[in-house]
Amino acid sequence: MKKIISIALLTFLIGFTGCKKDSDFLTIDPTSILNNQQAFSDPQQVVSILADLYTRQNDFSSFNRGWSSFADFSESFPSDGGAYNIVQRNDWGFGEWGVNWFDSYGYIRELNLFIARDSAATGLSAPDKARFMAEGRFLRANYYFELVKRMGGVPLILEQLKYDFSGDPTYLQRPRAKESDIYDFVISEAEAIKNLLPAGVKEKSRASKGAALAMEARAALYAGSIAKYGVTTPLVSLSGGEVGIPNAKGNEYYTIALRAAQEIITGTDGYSLYKNKTDLADNFANLFLDKDANNETILIEDYKVKSGKVHGFTTNNQPFSSGEESGNGDAGRLNPSLNLVEAFENLDNTYSPIPYRDGSGNPIYYTNQLDIFAGRDARLAGTIILPGATFKGQQVDIWAGYKLADGSVFTTQDASKLVALPGTTNPVQVLGKDGPYNGNDKRTQSGFYIRKYLDPTPGAGSRGTNSGVAFIRYRYAEVLLNAAEAAFELGQPDVAAGYMNQVRARAGLVIPLTAGQITFDRIVHERRVELAFEGHILFDLKRWRLAHVVWDGQKMTIPDLLTNIGTATKRNTQPYGLWPYKYYNPGNPNNGKWVYDVVLPNLVTGANKFQFGNYYSQIGSDVTGANPKIVKQPNQ
Amino acid sequence: MKIKIYHILFIALFAISIFSCKKDNYKPPTLTLSGKVAYKGEALQFQYNQFGFELYQYGFGRVGAIGQIFAPDGTFSALLFAGDYKLTIPNATVPFKWNQTVPGIPDSIAINLTASKTMDIEVIPFYMIRTPQITASAGKVNATFKAEKIITDATGKGIEKVALFINKTQFVSSGNNESVQTAELDGAAITDPNNITLSLSVPALVPTQTYIFARVGIKIKDLGGSWIYSPVQKLTF
Repeated sequence: MKKIISIALLTFLIGFTGCKKDSDFLTIDPTSILNNQQAFSDPQQVVSILADLYTRQNDFSSFNRGWSSFADFSESFPSDGGAYNIVQRNDWGFGEWGVNWFDSYGYIRELNLFIARDSAATGLSAPDKARFMAEGRFLRANYYFELVKRMGGVPLILEQLKYDFSGDPTYLQRPRAKESDIYDFVISEAEAIKNLLPAGVKEKSRASKGAALAMEARAALYAGSIAKYGVTTPLVSLSGGEVGIPNAKGNEYYTIALRAAQEIITGTDGYSLYKNKTDLADNFANLFLDKDANNETILIEDYKVKSGKVHGFTTNNQPFSSGEESGNGDAGRLNPSLNLVEAFENLDNTYSPIPYRDGSGNPIYYTNQLDIFAGRDARLAGTIILPGATFKGQQVDIWAGYKLADGSVFTTQDASKLVALPGTTNPVQVLGKDGPYNGNDKRTQSGFYIRKYLDPTPGAGSRGTNSGVAFIRYRYAEVLLNAAEAAFELGQPDVAAGYMNQVRARAGLVIPLTAGQITFDRIVHERRVELAFEGHILFDLKRWRLAHVVWDGQKMTIPDLLTNIGTATKRNTQPYGLWPYKYYNPGNPNNGKWVYDVVLPNLVTGANKFQFGNYYSQIGSDVTGANPKIVKQPNQ
Repeated sequence: MKIKIYHILFIALFAISIFSCKKDNYKPPTLTLSGKVAYKGEALQFQYNQFGFELYQYGFGRVGAIGQIFAPDGTFSALLFAGDYKLTIPNATVPFKWNQTVPGIPDSIAINLTASKTMDIEVIPFYMIRTPQITASAGKVNATFKAEKIITDATGKGIEKVALFINKTQFVSSGNNESVQTAELDGAAITDPNNITLSLSVPALVPTQTYIFARVGIKIKDLGGSWIYSPVQKLTF
């Protein structure tokens, strides 16, 4: 009996307590993953989600895409055995500069989810919520801007797309929007969020009102110029408007660009040109290094030493002789070309080639290496390490050998090998430790090193430490140039001159340009020298429809190089160099002085050719195959 | 012991070689579609690897093009499976007119391929180079030709420039490294399109060779830098 009772009791107990509902039993909140409500409950948590989204923006030139994203377009020579194809190819593939479609829309999906989750969050304060929302929208708009620059109109997806597993995904296939629609979207988003974002010059690594307006100004300027200059290339268009903007919309966009830029210029957020050093070249170089007392930068991608987020730009590009990783073959890759050097003006606002020959073709002798560059725009020495200049307090050792009395060159491939000069027995160094010698990579082969973004902090050039210099996405000088261009296109050259003169005065060009001197060529030129190596040149030449003219696939001759400086349509297909030599002619008064030669590095065998099919990067057949509504780019 | 392992290895290898090789499931394509781009039967001449066409085959799920290139002498040839195809030329910078269904959308040609086929693609070029005479004498190359404007209505295009090219190989064009010497004449400087004369001196050829290849070309205005050429000629001094 007792047994029966106990069994019954046991059964009862099991039956009573053992049975939960399946759903209760199986649904257990994971302990290692935050759900959406939890993730969006704490501002710190949301910032860490945002941090990931900020780093996934797609800058054309950027530190995390490597030094070679700053190279190409004949503005530099790539002194790296693995990158010579940049100067050896004869054209760019149609897919060049394109995006990974799936990664891009994966990122946009996450931004859409971020925006949706933020607006559904209940645990955030209203101001936090609004700011996060605006940042998400800023990143999304900026990313669409990056897409439209490369691809033209793309499908504009602003919400999460959900597949219903019915076996038919056609309802998810979206066609490409018009190119103008994407620009309109960027502009309207900027307007919508600018007052939800914090204002002020101190907000740099996260979106601010200034960043939204800078994006708006740049986007409107791009759209305006595509509308205006697109008429010169009617073949670069699609009948659905996915590529190409109607000419009539040009003025409307220029007006928006000017208004947005002026909102920053006349605003009270405290942006101003960086003028913290008396030496104008050092000042210009420091603008890209100084993160604290810098009122010029508007939006940056920040890096920090010892934080894990560092970059190797300095390691890759520092001068070889003072380099911290030269022994490991890491230095001197990005060598600015003479093509770019020639573009820097004289202080009296005139253009002239670097004087290496006199009127009758004889070499000019210089006592100091730097003398040949005297009297030029301070941005030259601020952007480029010239032969004889110093970096980290050490003079760079750039010279290609001895030039003998008969004009022949005496040099050797190995700078550390001492050789006796003709008629002497005393072995001496006959090649600069920093180059140039054809084929000696990781040393300059053009005669120049990059200075912009190069970090002189000890350790910044070592792989173990790397650099914490920030990459600038938007800065005030570009806003001024955007305003100047928009004003010029709207027929206000006096306004344009005012803005351009501010930027020029900072570079030592203190004689102001008059309204009459502002021409389209002037604007093209100013952007080239101010914004060199900042990822602008391709998009600028694309939107002006000049890319196929400037990069026409023809070899460049020395007369091509030395004439028509400052002309927007000047050919620029092969990067030239300027090589210094020591003159060796004992007894001659010029003995020991410097002479220069214009040289096409002999590894340059290609010539840049930009075809109509390159104006908008190819959309892969994997994409067009999966979504037949995506029309292909023109002329490919 | 060692011998045993060798035996096993040998047998295994033998077994792999016997059983693993099946024939491929698919036969390779065998039908050739070939021909040339022509105007009234005369082949158009292009730069190497410059212009091409796309083939689309019906009957499969996803749509993807089979991209093909025209040879410098205007010919093409593709190895294909039997089936229904569409041929189109999506690049609007070609030096001839390709019809469009609506403005901006290139037309296509339907091709039913059941056996190897030779077909010419008849197009209307903007210009044709007529009666090109290229001769070499005493280190000089002289060329005379006639530039005939084929499309004379409003959709026609002007001449940006004309040029004579010579090269050491049969790849001769305006492309980089495809000419050792060129002589150019601006379109505006042409007085009589029916009688254009160009000449150049042959530079020192390294290594020396006793022949060169030459052709003349017309660069057409507002066409993305496209040229049309005369047939390549081999000149022996």
